[in-house]
Amino acid sequence: MSDTGMNKKVQIHEGDPNTTGHEWDGIMEFDNPMPRWWLWIFYATIVWGIGYSIAYPAWPLVSEATNGLLGWSSRGKVQAEIAMVEAANAPVNAKLEQLELDRIPSDPELSGYAVSAGSAVFKTWCAQCHGSGAAGAKGYPNLLDDDWLWGGTMEDIHTTISYGIRNEESDDARYSAMPAFGRDELLGKEEVSQVVNYVMSLSGEPQDASQVAAGAVVYADNCASCHAEDGSGDRTQGAPNLRDAIWLYGGDYETLHETVWNARYGVMPNWDTRLSEAEIRAVSAYVHQLGGGE
Amino acid sequence: MSNYLKLIVLGVLTIFFMIAANFARDLAYQVHAVILMLVTAGLFLFTLRQTDEPQPAPITGEYFDSVIRAGVIATAFWGVVGFLAGTFIAFQLAFPVLNFDWSEGLANFGRLRPLHTSAVIFAFGGNALLCTSFYVVQRTSAARLWGGNLAWFVFWGYQLFIVLAATGYLLGGTQSKEYAEPEWYIDLWLTIVWVAYLAVFLGTVINRKERHIYVANWFFLAFIVTVAMLHVVNNLTIPVSIWGSKSVIVWPGVQDAMVQWWYGHNAVGFFLTAGFLGMMYYFIPKQADRPVFSYKLSIIHFWALIFIYIWAGPHHLHYTALPDWASTLGMVFSVVLWMPSWGGMINGLMTLSGAWDKLRTDPVLRMLVISVGFYGMSTFEGPMMSIRAVNSLSHYTDWTIGHVHSGALGWNGMITFGCLYYLVPVLWKRERLYSLGLVSWHFWLATIGIVLYAASMWVTGIMEGLMWREVDANGFLVWSFADTVGAKLPMYVMRGLGGVLYLTGSLIMCYNLIMTVRRAPAKEASLSVAVPAE
Repeated sequence: MSDTGMNKKVQIHEGDPNTTGHEWDGIMEFDNPMPRWWLWIFYATIVWGIGYSIAYPAWPLVSEATNGLLGWSSRGKVQAEIAMVEAANAPVNAKLEQLELDRIPSDPELSGYAVSAGSAVFKTWCAQCHGSGAAGAKGYPNLLDDDWLWGGTMEDIHTTISYGIRNEESDDARYSAMPAFGRDELLGKEEVSQVVNYVMSLSGEPQDASQVAAGAVVYADNCASCHAEDGSGDRTQGAPNLRDAIWLYGGDYETLHETVWNARYGVMPNWDTRLSEAEIRAVSAYVHQLGGGE
Repeated sequence: MSNYLKLIVLGVLTIFFMIAANFARDLAYQVHAVILMLVTAGLFLFTLRQTDEPQPAPITGEYFDSVIRAGVIATAFWGVVGFLAGTFIAFQLAFPVLNFDWSEGLANFGRLRPLHTSAVIFAFGGNALLCTSFYVVQRTSAARLWGGNLAWFVFWGYQLFIVLAATGYLLGGTQSKEYAEPEWYIDLWLTIVWVAYLAVFLGTVINRKERHIYVANWFFLAFIVTVAMLHVVNNLTIPVSIWGSKSVIVWPGVQDAMVQWWYGHNAVGFFLTAGFLGMMYYFIPKQADRPVFSYKLSIIHFWALIFIYIWAGPHHLHYTALPDWASTLGMVFSVVLWMPSWGGMINGLMTLSGAWDKLRTDPVLRMLVISVGFYGMSTFEGPMMSIRAVNSLSHYTDWTIGHVHSGALGWNGMITFGCLYYLVPVLWKRERLYSLGLVSWHFWLATIGIVLYAASMWVTGIMEGLMWREVDANGFLVWSFADTVGAKLPMYVMRGLGGVLYLTGSLIMCYNLIMTVRRAPAKEASLSVAVPAE
């Protein structure tokens, strides 16, 4: 069976090598030898393969595989690398753990080391929320400015990182909770609206001036105990300063209304069980020098 | 009589799928039950209408080409779908805003990515393999496809598999094994279709009129048999419920990873390499009009490729929970695989000796030849990337994506385009293609697209690999992960543009092929009739 015309034979030129004599649908095959360079490289890879598999762990036997003459293992290699770095850094880590916290930033030997170590810790563990440049995101504080919720000294930052905020894992976590004034009916709709406008007036955000006076009264009765009479906040309770233009969730009317109505409950994990003391101190020093350390 | 049996089976199945749609525990399963119900009910009516009607006598004297024509159309169609999905998700990576809120859980990157990979590998590549293998095995065996309409069952069964897989991905039905995402019942269906495919192919080879089996058929057969084995072993799962799409794989932990990449690597090795080498061994000698370079080389590189490829999978799992010994063996076999892979390239390229001048005038041949060039490049890059030291830099980076695409776009895509340009005039009995100029446009758009794609992924892959591992003097990491993501944006845009060029080329091809069928001069009738051989 064939399509006439389709099974025409391929062209054979004068001086071509012999064909094998087979033919399928017009296709023939030359009886050329395999290219020598091809064959020799093929042999060479096989020889190399045998040698490599003797040198490295390779052949499975009854109870375990051959370990290879070089004694190499991928886990052994990474452990050796880690051990080397740890050994090199051990003396400086020991010093870092002993020095008083507030002296670290000014210590000429330790500060540079702590900042580069802290930078690596930050990029691995903190950047997910606070951003790789530490500029924060909605609900996650910007660490580049000097507006601190819980304090910006080395001691404060170290405590915050060690125990975290409002988590359920560490008994020493910093804790405070703003009431959900609207949702829990502590304030009426009108009062929430008034106090939001008052808060906006504190930082000079454009606001509905007619509500500010009434809002001031609501503020004094409900908010001043934490955020202070003048709105400057209270770091012992993590109560934000309301007088500046820096907002954790946003300073527009809708966002502030949401904050007052439902409250916020930002959580940060404790790191004392995840990082070494030296790492926590290093990342504290890193955050401290970003711009706002006190 | 057999029609009554068919009616009973189809009727029972229709009712079963109705029940399944009713009891369905998840959306993907429910939608699939409805699709299957409609298909079986439609087949029931179709069979009913044919029952007790006079049947046309079975055709025996000519090649079974209607199923191949359908395969050619399906290949071009799924190709465009796959390229479009790929280009879109490339831009989703560059501009995440394209993961629209309204399409979350349906058309976000995570859902579209398996749709893209399966569309190009299994829908485009799979249909290309189906139709070319059916074409080649008939011509080189001088025998009509075995099994009567079984070839149609294979074709439509495979399209049903594609539709079920694709809709499943969009609706979240996936077993999360790369390139083996379809859930258990789709896997079962593919197994049935694949066994029928094997039967048609093997039956035709057994019926052959030629004494020897042509080399292309060795490769096709190796591809069909090995893919069957890979598919079954990697998809051994226990369904949670017969009324739901979820299932639990029987392989535990690292064994599952090993089986998965034994499958995944050999999906490349046997689906995208062995099968496509079968295409190469027929269409390059035909288009170049020259004998195959070396019979000896074809024997040795065939057996070496088949024997060595199957062991190379562990190189996907360097520096993981996989034991070092398995990782070493995967690497060694991958490096040894280099020359057996290149044997196919040499046989393809050297077949042109004495006909190199045709590259100037024949853009179809140029397409076939550049595909072999990309094949050679990828099969060098692959063994190199399997070396542990190289892999520690390249793994998990875009370099891998670039490697895969220089193979997929360059080798699998280009050779398929060349085959389609060869097949359409033959199958639709046209004198020639509608326009060789448009083939040249396609060639250059696709080639530049691949270069943009591969080059940008090499750059971004090596860059991110170096950034991930960069440490300062004290051993501390220098970059955060987000820094590396941000640094990749320009290359991601470049990659997307490469995709646009490649997609545009494929649309030009579709236009050219359609116009070939509609406008190109017909071949003289006396030449177009297939006659039985003595």
